[in-house]
Amino acid sequence: MKTVVLMKQVGNKDAVLRINKEGTWIEEGDLSYEVNESDGYALEEALRLKEKHGGEVVVCSMGPQRVKSVIKDALARGADRAIHVVGDDLARLSPFAAAKVLSEAIRSEQFDLVLTGLQSDDNGYAQTGVILAELLGLPHATIVIEVDASGEGLRVKRELENGWYQWYTMPRPCLLTIQSGISQIRYATLKGIMAAKKKEIREVAPAEAATASTSHQRITKIYFPQKSKQTQYLGDGNARAGAAELAERLRTEARII
Amino acid sequence: MSKGILVFAEHRAGAFNKTSFEAIAAAQSLGRELQQTVTAVVLGAGMANLAQTIAAYKLDKVLYAENEKLAEYTPDGYADAMEGVVRTIDPQYVVMPHTYLVRDFAPKLASRFGKDVISDCLRATASDGGVIFSRRIFLGKMDADVIPSGEPPVFATFQSGAYRADQAAKDGSAAVETIAVEVGEVRMQPEPAFQEVKQAVDLSKADIIVAVGRGIKGQENLALVEQLAQALGGELAASRPICDAGWLPIDRQIGSSGQTVAPKLYVALGISGAIQHLVGMKNATTIVAVNKDREAPIFDIADYGIVGDLFEVVPALTEAVKKLKE
Repeated sequence: MKTVVLMKQVGNKDAVLRINKEGTWIEEGDLSYEVNESDGYALEEALRLKEKHGGEVVVCSMGPQRVKSVIKDALARGADRAIHVVGDDLARLSPFAAAKVLSEAIRSEQFDLVLTGLQSDDNGYAQTGVILAELLGLPHATIVIEVDASGEGLRVKRELENGWYQWYTMPRPCLLTIQSGISQIRYATLKGIMAAKKKEIREVAPAEAATASTSHQRITKIYFPQKSKQTQYLGDGNARAGAAELAERLRTEARII
Repeated sequence: MSKGILVFAEHRAGAFNKTSFEAIAAAQSLGRELQQTVTAVVLGAGMANLAQTIAAYKLDKVLYAENEKLAEYTPDGYADAMEGVVRTIDPQYVVMPHTYLVRDFAPKLASRFGKDVISDCLRATASDGGVIFSRRIFLGKMDADVIPSGEPPVFATFQSGAYRADQAAKDGSAAVETIAVEVGEVRMQPEPAFQEVKQAVDLSKADIIVAVGRGIKGQENLALVEQLAQALGGELAASRPICDAGWLPIDRQIGSSGQTVAPKLYVALGISGAIQHLVGMKNATTIVAVNKDREAPIFDIADYGIVGDLFEVVPALTEAVKKLKE
């Protein structure tokens, strides 16, 4: 089983975000980066499938040189080799354009499976994987929490809403988007880190036609979410009084009781 | 010329989801602002009766697109069917709820038009003949205004709770038109959906939710909160740490990794209000927060706040509610 794992580098989740002067994006200068959470789980799933069924795990990431840290970490955890689509503005591409660039970068790989996280922690479009599947002519499943590759095709468990689940069977090759928490992510071992140094990282330029394709959605402004509510504080430190007053307000103002 | 708004109504197990009515409310709002008509589309097989129920809403038309391959949801089937409908109707905007089902096929649909989806929107506002879509980014820390460009249609999905289902206008005049749609090869085979947790609850349907967080300190104290939930006639819920600790089952978890809800009343007890929790409940009509820490972010979105010890406040509140209900 040969699996391509798409991994995105995103700003650190706990980072304090500042808006740039133009108000169009965040200040990236002072940002630290990490791997997109669900993409980490996608890699873990690929490594587990390889352990069970053999094959190869190829990591693909795009962005400036800083994304090498994501790639090297993935190689240290056990990926076999990597493709780095190099470009400064690639992280800002809209999902269709991003999928187009990725499709050109991995099209020639004879993969059985493409895995990626279900959405990114920065833009949160939740689309790149699905669009990529369409561009490559692959069947897909999203929000996958279990993969069974013992049969000829692939049987995957999808998370639906409100505690519902569903199994789907589909032929290979196919593309899955992986939900966070599908399994426990392994750490890179010292041996893995050493071995990673010898592994291939192939740099490729993004397909020109792909980056030139017009974006269909443009961010004109970013801002902190508005605080829409004026909180009425009740009780003034007295729990009983606060509770009584609240019950009354819920009846007269909110009309819930 | 592309015209009008097409809204996708999602159903499962023979009923529309609440988020579909929210999407209708969003589409109607956009329709009013742009002075365009709204058409709803329902996909299925043998679902004509269900499609009929949606005709009660103020819509120009309800399209029921039928194909036997649409009896069960598959991304291949839905993308093919919707592509056919969109090409026939030629709308300017395609509005959908941002559900797991829509997330599964909508990007595939949009890509057939060489486009992507403006996903998980909170608002859509008409501006200079166009529309500005607002969506939350960076896990809820930031909002972005997004302008679509290029040829129509514009595909957009709306977050659960972004519009209120009860604000969807009804006048019962829409005609239902059944059309046959073409569906090509469906490559994925679904098995029946199932629930893992036995008494799984759909909290998104609850009008009143009483949620508890770290402040409850121990599982043995949950009874206090249960009593309040009972007195209010509401459902019990929790923030992630409570479910991770196994004090309440995961199907009671509210937030980005749990359920997203928009009840009439949300009571947050001992919940500080990390963004991962807020995204799941911020659209509640009335939010009550009880917390020891006056600086807790939960108070930023609360209508009523009591700064104090929940072990004192909760029993007093339970008693007060019971009294008012007598």
